[in-house]
Amino acid sequence: MNTAPISPIRLLIPQDVAALAVGAERVVKAITSHAAADGTAITITRTGSRGLFWLETLVEVETPAGRIAYGPVNPQDVPGLFNAGFLLGGAHPLRLGRMEDHPWLKGQTRLTFARCGIVDPLSLEDYEATGGYKGLRHALSIGPAAIVAAVTKSGLRGRGGAGFPTGVKWKTVADTKAPQKYIVCNADEGDSGTFADRMIMEGDPFCLIEGMSIAGIAVGATKGYIYSRSEYPHANRTMRAAIAEAYRTGRLGTDILGSGVTFDLELRVGAGAYVCGEETALLESLEGKRGQVRAKPPLPAHKGLFGQPTVINNLISLATVPVILAEGAAYYADFGMGRSRGTMPIQIAGNVRHGGLYETAFGVTLGEIVEGIGDGTATGRPVKAVQCGGPLGAYFPPMLFDTPYDYEAFAQRDGLIGHGGVVVFDDSVDMAAQARFAMEFCAIESCGKCTPCRIGSTRGAEVVEKIMAGREVDANLALLEDLCATMKFGSLCALGGFTPYPVLSAVRHYPEDFRRRHAAAAE
Amino acid sequence: MPNPSLRPTWDPFRAEAIIADHAQMPGALLPILHALQEEFGHVPEPAVPLLADALNLSRAEVHGVITFYHDFRHDPAGRHVVKLCRAEACQSMKGEHTASHLLRRLGIDWGGTTPDGSVTVEPVYCLGLCATAPAALVDGEPHGRLTPESLAGIVEEARRA
Repeated sequence: MNTAPISPIRLLIPQDVAALAVGAERVVKAITSHAAADGTAITITRTGSRGLFWLETLVEVETPAGRIAYGPVNPQDVPGLFNAGFLLGGAHPLRLGRMEDHPWLKGQTRLTFARCGIVDPLSLEDYEATGGYKGLRHALSIGPAAIVAAVTKSGLRGRGGAGFPTGVKWKTVADTKAPQKYIVCNADEGDSGTFADRMIMEGDPFCLIEGMSIAGIAVGATKGYIYSRSEYPHANRTMRAAIAEAYRTGRLGTDILGSGVTFDLELRVGAGAYVCGEETALLESLEGKRGQVRAKPPLPAHKGLFGQPTVINNLISLATVPVILAEGAAYYADFGMGRSRGTMPIQIAGNVRHGGLYETAFGVTLGEIVEGIGDGTATGRPVKAVQCGGPLGAYFPPMLFDTPYDYEAFAQRDGLIGHGGVVVFDDSVDMAAQARFAMEFCAIESCGKCTPCRIGSTRGAEVVEKIMAGREVDANLALLEDLCATMKFGSLCALGGFTPYPVLSAVRHYPEDFRRRHAAAAE
Repeated sequence: MPNPSLRPTWDPFRAEAIIADHAQMPGALLPILHALQEEFGHVPEPAVPLLADALNLSRAEVHGVITFYHDFRHDPAGRHVVKLCRAEACQSMKGEHTASHLLRRLGIDWGGTTPDGSVTVEPVYCLGLCATAPAALVDGEPHGRLTPESLAGIVEEARRA
């Protein structure tokens, strides 16, 4: 009889909301009760997601041969997995082997998402064992000017969509004298098809805390705010717990890591207004006001939150700062093409077989992303359109699949990469309906401050409606073009200014969808 | 998430306590509105003058903020709240078709509550569940890869609970 104490077998199961949405909690329950009935000792660590959402719920088992993964696991698979000896890495149709060897992960360059899905998001021990706080320690040793220089040299650009060089923004704030400066993280990730910010908050929140702390040291800001979304209740819970843990262990507060430097951090939650992802509307909202866009100048770097100099960066930009400081600017800048340096977490979504988060160096083509990495549509029908960069991004037809994923290359083709969302549609989509939706969405979300956006969006939806009904199609198409030009050049911010991208790209690439009724009437 | 059926009715003392808890925060209005809605299930009209007074704002300013944000309800919601995503990634997976099935079944429109007060269906634009579309939050819990049948089942289960 074996009386030696057996240490429990460790399983890792994501708590990412996308895993929960496909039943992760029921899988955990099934495994726990089966193990209890068997008398097998197990512990389950909840992680973020590795970002291969078609394999969720992904269950990994720690074995002497490494972590062996099984997926997608449903509760009814659990008895079979136990019978197959999955706790020892046994063979089973769902066995995927080591995730490190999985082609979808092997093809990636994970710098910002290096830890996501691998560590316990709230364990500082895990975080530091995987290089966490190396960047901040280095930042403290080199001082503000050298931090700004490193971020500038890395070529990091704003990952929210505008692509403005992060280092230049930081330098402006660092050079502005003021009694109080702020670091604001834009985590108002409202673009459909994007979930990178959410995954970091759920899967590696300390990385964001470290990045914001480094930004604070670099520009002399002692207070930071994360502006997240009410649509992300799970992410907000994890982020709040991580902030509390960082305070408890002296990583936030008046003496971070014993350096004497102060950095305070607070999470605030929006209230369902898409326009608050625009940086000046976000600042208004943080101040407790209507999320209305401010005219620029003054830039937030000069007069931002509560009128003080403010670094406002996208979450992914800030979460990328630790690796730049830890590994060096040149290491990061070595990835990418042209003026797009480093890596981009591309989020492949919508009607796609292999949807998820794919972090890779800039330069991969759109076709490789959709047909190669994404493996085509989930429905198995041909791809008709791909919307890149959220609701304000252009629709790309397969004809343009040779476009390299790069800020400038997308701009040249009247598109934008935005926050990295790629939404795939099959051939059942009606592009006139999509153009109408783009205008309707703008009308719903317009802050109302400028006329081209406030009125133009409602008129735009009406005009597309008329076109769809086959009424004076040529005249209304000309009117739509004209209206889009007014919105593009006359709006205060990207909401009204970029809504023409999805509308006009739909008109340009899918003219037949706007002339259906017209053609039918002519017959 | 608190059980909405157990939510207290309007209580000015409770509201004042919530406001006082947050009033010193910079930019306190949104956190207070969230806290009030968490407590009462909506932002009751009598809270407006209390907020204006505590934050040194006009009632019009407070009203302006409440009505700007889609989240803040003026009336109590049903006992169960279904937040259904209507954004592009969910559209690409027939989300609108799934949504219209549910609305027809419940006999309500977007933002409406069933006559028995059991279910409210609200539109949201993106839950970050775009690779497991179409998606919804039902009483705060996420559900993905919805079909008309699976969504009806989830809502019925919530209603029975």
